Amino acid sequence: MSSRVLSVPQARLDALLAGYRREVARRRRQFLLVLAILAILIVMAGYAGEVDLTNLVDNISNFTSYFSRIMPKLTAAHFGADVADWYWDIRRWLKLLLDTVLIAYLATLFGAIGAIAMSFLAAANLAPNQPLRWCIKRVFEFCRTVPDLVFALMFVAAFGLGPLAGILSIGIHTFGTLGKLFTEAIENIDMKPVEGIRSTGGSFTTTVRFGALPQLMATFASYTLLRFEINVRSGSVVGMVGAGGIGEVLFVAIRKFYYSDVSAILLLIIVCVALIDLLTERIRHRLSGEMR
Amino acid sequence: MSERGKLQFGDTEAVIERHRDLFATSWMQRLSALAVPLGVAGLAGFAVWGLSIPFDQIAQGLVSLAKFIALMFPPSTGGHLDLLLNAMGQTLAIAFLGTLTATIAAFPVSFLAARNTTLHPMIRFVVRRCLDTIRGIDSLIWALVFVGVVGLGPFAGVLAIAVSDTGSLGKLFSEAIESTDERARESVLASGGTSWLAVRFGLLPQVLPIIAGQILYYFESNVRSATIIGIVGAGGIGLQLSEQIRTYDFDQVAFAVIMILITVAFIDWISGKLRFAIIGRRAVS
Repeated sequence: MSSRVLSVPQARLDALLAGYRREVARRRRQFLLVLAILAILIVMAGYAGEVDLTNLVDNISNFTSYFSRIMPKLTAAHFGADVADWYWDIRRWLKLLLDTVLIAYLATLFGAIGAIAMSFLAAANLAPNQPLRWCIKRVFEFCRTVPDLVFALMFVAAFGLGPLAGILSIGIHTFGTLGKLFTEAIENIDMKPVEGIRSTGGSFTTTVRFGALPQLMATFASYTLLRFEINVRSGSVVGMVGAGGIGEVLFVAIRKFYYSDVSAILLLIIVCVALIDLLTERIRHRLSGEMR
Repeated sequence: MSERGKLQFGDTEAVIERHRDLFATSWMQRLSALAVPLGVAGLAGFAVWGLSIPFDQIAQGLVSLAKFIALMFPPSTGGHLDLLLNAMGQTLAIAFLGTLTATIAAFPVSFLAARNTTLHPMIRFVVRRCLDTIRGIDSLIWALVFVGVVGLGPFAGVLAIAVSDTGSLGKLFSEAIESTDERARESVLASGGTSWLAVRFGLLPQVLPIIAGQILYYFESNVRSATIIGIVGAGGIGLQLSEQIRTYDFDQVAFAVIMILITVAFIDWISGKLRFAIIGRRAVS
């Protein structure tokens, strides 16, 4: 093949090729190093985590058969009766599911109100007082890092069994996470309206009310709705430690091997979460449409 | 200055009169502005009524809560620091292995769940619904199930986090794949590459940094969730924590909580550094 293509001098070509090979070799070395570190970490973690693959292989049939066991016995012949049998306690479960949603609602509401009130004091661009800002940021961090179940356990000990402990524990966690998100949202606002109100001598509250809040309402609402959806999910869990909602019956059903009850309640929760997902997504889309 | 340049505030009434349409608010506007807060408050009232919250217990509960908090100081290890440190290490191991396994499981699945790389729309639909179902069940419930399968201990926790995160990571990865730029893949195909090569050289370089950031974020969040998974017997510090709360050893609770706070802050710091190293100056979303 006779080439009339502009040819690069061999020396130059060699240099380029060597450079390319060096670069590839460097990246390959880096990749192998990361892989080695990962392998060491896996071995260490596997030891600490008591990973026992033979145990898993021996018992994996339990796992798969678990799902066949929790499947309800439905037959085409007596379909209605079978479903009724499967959902034998539907009235109580629906009441508990409603409780779960209400717990999530109140927790989200209180958490969001608290977070809105505090986040303006924690945002770098509006905070009137630096030490106070630091303190509030640490409070947010504390509230979202301590697991909500730990709060739930403590509140159950203090307030007794019931939804109050659930509302408080999820509310505190929501307060922490929303506080952080709101603070970040506030730090990203357009400062011109704020400066405008400041320049006319507005106080902190008027600045926030008329300068910052109108820009933030849609974002706040959207974050809060997203959190509500997450809270419905955690609301179904706090019941396990006695803090109200459907978690308790689910816990009992799993622990006592009431197989068909497990699938019935899980299906209820999944459908409920999916419905709320859909609903909040619709509202959020409308809100984000308004923002533009 | 002349009188003409000054704004006259003496006659406020006249100013309002001149811009009447700016000051006047119709009843409809007021009503619609009030409707949302009223609805929210009404629903809150219904919730309080529906849950029959015992208000008389609140004062008493606050008193006992104050007692608990007083008992927390000074925090103490209760003489078994080694046990707590071991449990914390276990928690980290659970989070690490769980995230890693979830990543390995979710990565191939996410290609099937992404619109631009799936084999068939039906497959995408089925995979997506499966991921949604897995995600709809909390990791604590998975932990309960796995305690039944592999017995008590951290291994059950690893599996629980691995399964529940496969659902979330699979969804996130597939969204990252869907939001990639198609042109890179097309150009690989145009120069004669197979579809396999197109994914390897046209798609992966775009998604890997995003995926790496998400994995780190999930590792952080899993460290948090691994601290509670022990409550149902799936290993980690949660077991100690729940026992201490049940036996009212609040000084030890405080110590364990401080340990969790420090560990989480440390992990956040490390993963923040790593994320910055991987993604560079691009905005972390």
